[in-house]
Amino acid sequence: MKPAPFELHRPTTLGEALAILGRVCDEGGLVLAGGQSLVPMMALRVVYPPHLVDINGIEPLSRIAVEDGLLTVGATVRHAAFHRPVVDGPLGHLLAEVSRHIAHYPIRKRGTFCGSLSHADPASEWCLVAKTLGARIHLASLEGGRVLEADAFFVGAMTTAREPAEIVVEARLPVMPGAATFGFSEFNRRAGDFALGMSLVTFEIVDGVVVDPRIGIGGIEEMPRRLPRVEAMLADRRVTDTEPAALAAAACEEVDPMEDATTTADYRRHLAGVVVARAVGAAVARQARKD
Amino acid sequence: MQPLRPTRYIGKSVTRLEDRPLLTGAARFVADLDFPHQLHMRVVRSAHAHGRILGITTTEASALPGVVAVWTAADLGDLPPIPIRATAIQGLPPYRQPILARGRVRYVGEPVAVVFAESAYGAEDAADLVVADIEPLEPYLDVCRAPAEFAPGLTSEPTIIRKGYGDVDAAFQRAHAMVALDLSVGRHSAIPMETRGALARHDRARDVLELHGAAKRPHWNRDQLAEMLSMSPARIELYENHVGGGFGVRGEIYPEDVLVCVGARRLGRPVKWIEDRREHLLSANQSREQHHRIRAAVDAEGRFLAIDETLLHDQGAYVRTHGARVADMTIGLLLGPYRVPNYRAVAHYRLTNKTPAATYRAPGRFEGSFVRERLIDAIAQRLDLDPLEVRRRNLIGSAEMPYVRGLTALETEVILDSGDYAGLLEKALVWSGWQAMSRQAAARRAAGEAVGVGFGMFVEKSGLGPSEMVHLTVHADGTVEVVTGASSLGQGMETAIAQIAADTLGVDYRSIRVLHGNTNRIAFGFGAHASRVTVMTGEATRRAAEAVRAKALAFASELLQRDAAALDVVDGTVVAREGGGPSITLGQLAAQLAPASGSRGDREPGLAGTAWFHSKHMNYPYGVHMAQVAVDRETGGVKVERYCVAYDVGRAVNPAMIEGQIVGGLAQGLGGALLEEFLYSEDGQPLSVTFADYLTLTAREMPPVAVLITEDAPSPLNPLGLKGAGEGGVNAAGAAIASAIDDALQVAGLVARLPATPQYIRSRLRELEGGAA
Ligand SMILES: Cc1cc2nc3c(=O)[nH]c(=O)nc-3n(C[C@H](O)[C@H](O)[C@H](O)COP(=O)(O)OP(=O)(O)OC[C@H]3O[C@@H](n4cnc5c(N)ncnc54)[C@H](O)[C@@H]3O)c2cc1C
Repeated sequence: MKPAPFELHRPTTLGEALAILGRVCDEGGLVLAGGQSLVPMMALRVVYPPHLVDINGIEPLSRIAVEDGLLTVGATVRHAAFHRPVVDGPLGHLLAEVSRHIAHYPIRKRGTFCGSLSHADPASEWCLVAKTLGARIHLASLEGGRVLEADAFFVGAMTTAREPAEIVVEARLPVMPGAATFGFSEFNRRAGDFALGMSLVTFEIVDGVVVDPRIGIGGIEEMPRRLPRVEAMLADRRVTDTEPAALAAAACEEVDPMEDATTTADYRRHLAGVVVARAVGAAVARQARKD
Repeated sequence: MQPLRPTRYIGKSVTRLEDRPLLTGAARFVADLDFPHQLHMRVVRSAHAHGRILGITTTEASALPGVVAVWTAADLGDLPPIPIRATAIQGLPPYRQPILARGRVRYVGEPVAVVFAESAYGAEDAADLVVADIEPLEPYLDVCRAPAEFAPGLTSEPTIIRKGYGDVDAAFQRAHAMVALDLSVGRHSAIPMETRGALARHDRARDVLELHGAAKRPHWNRDQLAEMLSMSPARIELYENHVGGGFGVRGEIYPEDVLVCVGARRLGRPVKWIEDRREHLLSANQSREQHHRIRAAVDAEGRFLAIDETLLHDQGAYVRTHGARVADMTIGLLLGPYRVPNYRAVAHYRLTNKTPAATYRAPGRFEGSFVRERLIDAIAQRLDLDPLEVRRRNLIGSAEMPYVRGLTALETEVILDSGDYAGLLEKALVWSGWQAMSRQAAARRAAGEAVGVGFGMFVEKSGLGPSEMVHLTVHADGTVEVVTGASSLGQGMETAIAQIAADTLGVDYRSIRVLHGNTNRIAFGFGAHASRVTVMTGEATRRAAEAVRAKALAFASELLQRDAAALDVVDGTVVAREGGGPSITLGQLAAQLAPASGSRGDREPGLAGTAWFHSKHMNYPYGVHMAQVAVDRETGGVKVERYCVAYDVGRAVNPAMIEGQIVGGLAQGLGGALLEEFLYSEDGQPLSVTFADYLTLTAREMPPVAVLITEDAPSPLNPLGLKGAGEGGVNAAGAAIASAIDDALQVAGLVARLPATPQYIRSRLRELEGGAA
């Protein structure tokens, strides 16, 4: 569990970082952010990057700010930065609650939001947040920049649309309306483990009916995603009009679960229903507390 | 039993002598040691579960700068395979593990080549470049299938062990009822915080081969290494440093231990190998994987008439040092605290293409207790009786002690030496508030939760002989040195031994220094395993201390002109029992007994003594585990809400340390019951080689635990009444958890396999409830 030889680059400006990455990415050079996924993989010799471009010394990338109704999260903002609300309203609370499900404290002090998006683990909480809330991912390279919607950014399990020469410089999340509510439910075998299944739900109640329901699932399929059919069951109705069991059943039906040695597709399918119903329940309960 | 002097330390939770270096970071584990010019060793491991080795190419690896040597089996000459500690079970030697694979690989992780390099990084780089050309063969992975071929003329079932007594068939014929279960326990093992490690050097000045990083059984390992390397045991020294947990796994002879020695001798430089965690999860002994087909014949009251047991034991790829002990002891100790008039057990000991297996804390008993207690629960269910009542009816009575089982385990006759099983059961029920716990669980179930309580009784075994020797020396400054051939895995033996020595001798326990595990300090030793050290070394220490005390009193009586019977040793000083008058310290006596001392007379020099303790029999502590769990019906997740362990240890030398043993053991037991499992794919690839996949219990999953330590049944086999405490915390955890989950879900017999993962519980619910996921 000792990594193969590599060269470590520690640029202090984005331009410098992009230049180095542009030079080394063809031979497998990688960006090093929090290192909480990359370094263990190097130690296990699952990956052999001959160069690492450490972006932690690039001051502007640690930015976290709210502008034009968007929360901007720079590339070196850590998971732990969200332990306390970073923005007023439900979004700050949502991120705070979700952040506590990511790994363990020491890992959260180091791992980054954008690193999680770049890594694209099927059970990443931040990827679920990005998909459910509709994050935009800002990429930079020597050729310039581009912005991808979360739907376009995530391509598959551990794969994104990011080109090897690109750096994710920040992600932007729409700030949720003050009246919105959310619920999150995750099941894993031990505290801090990757989720076996999780769901994030947000909606608003306008004139007694559900508006803009978003129901995301993670850990179930190769990528987190929203479940439009389940969302449609909630939309424009009173929340009490939809039975949790019916939502659960619909979620089970809508998903196409992964299977592995410990967990069958059937188990995950069932779990999808459980976490969706629980997340909706939590959102309703949260709404009730506010009312 | 001779009357004992009043004790000052035995029975008290005095603070551990060994903690200061551990807590201040001064401790020295083998990874902390370095010798000048040392080389680093890296083992190249098989990526195939089963295959024929067509060739191994090392040229590229050898050419890497900093690489000193790369060896395959061909370079090792006729180095013998890993030895087996002999038992009566025959036929095992052809199945021993070669130091490096020869001809075939038989599990993923098997050493096929070894690299020696200037740095650990360089060694790992070179290991990556070794190419083993392997023609895959069909792996044999499921012991429930008929054995396969191990090698031409050898099946993968090296032995079948049979035990029993009475007429089982007749008992089944006249039985009121019969209960049959099919149960299994998943493969899991010890995950010590410190992985294995070894550092060997050939000290040319003394012509001695030193091996640092020894643990558990230094003397046996020394002798075996001597034989394998054709050396005199007098030319090999094993050094035990601090050891970060053993649990049965650390300190056995593995290929790596032999390789560092061969490397150091041949290359003329020290060789260091530190196992990484992935290697540990691939190559250290695994344990527990068993299938049981068990049947019980009972009368109308639920009393056992007979048990008929078939064990299919998954040994993994080779027979290692433990031989067939775990299978043997599983069926030898299966019956626990119950009276079973007729018994027949057959253990099929089968090799599979997985990491070799051996002992892990409470070997055979974690599994056996799960099986036996499941069986009792099933009997209670079948006859509609209270499970506690069924247990009570079957418990061996204290008046029946010592109870001869008519079985053997670990090469000893199983004779339950002492015990009041029913007494402990009743005590435990009252102490834990069992009635209230059950009532509350029922009330919460009525309110819709899935909460349940479960129970497991067990008999442990401890104090395995055959012998232990202790040298005890009082130095002129009053420090007492106790040298034992037993070893320390971090369990606190230094403190326990010091307490016993201090009370016997009449000194402060802090003035005692316990030295262990170093073969150059003592000629014999049997190590630390099988909860034996406090019993075996403890009694040898007591005897040595008695002898030294007698010598001190006799000499002091002459110097002080008092009758020896009128003297006592208090705090290291010989004083008159009535008080007053002259006194002399043990240190002063030691000085006067120095070889050149004029006052010594004809006495043997030194205030020192040596004593042996021999024991042909193990002793048998016992206990009760009680669990309260809440099951999430929808996810299958289990939360252990509360746990109680009552344990009779005969004589509690240090209650806090015993509690520590129990709670620590329980963490491992709960891990095995709920979380931990080494899984293999259909082609024999191990799937649990990181901590993301092999889930140990963490502080978050650990419930609050209450421990009741009793001393109702001291062992008659040693004067202090000592029994061991190392394994009782693990023993019945699987049993109690399984029972509690059944109770929570109100489905008898739901848990038929451990670990009871959420996925497993969901699939069982579906199976039993018929469909509705
Ligand atoms: C024990 C443990 C438990 C964990 N549990 C969880 C969990 O429950 N949930 C969860 O979501 N995560 C979990 N993680 C992963 C953790 O959250 C990581 O921090 C995260 O996956 C990656 O972020 P990082 O900043 O550490 O990225 P790194 O490890 O530095 O990088 C990961 C990958 O992304 C690339 N990358 C990173 N940042 C950028 C960027 N800005 N631009 C381009 N490429 C980039 C790297 O090149 C690399 O390929 C766990 C990790 C551990 C060790």
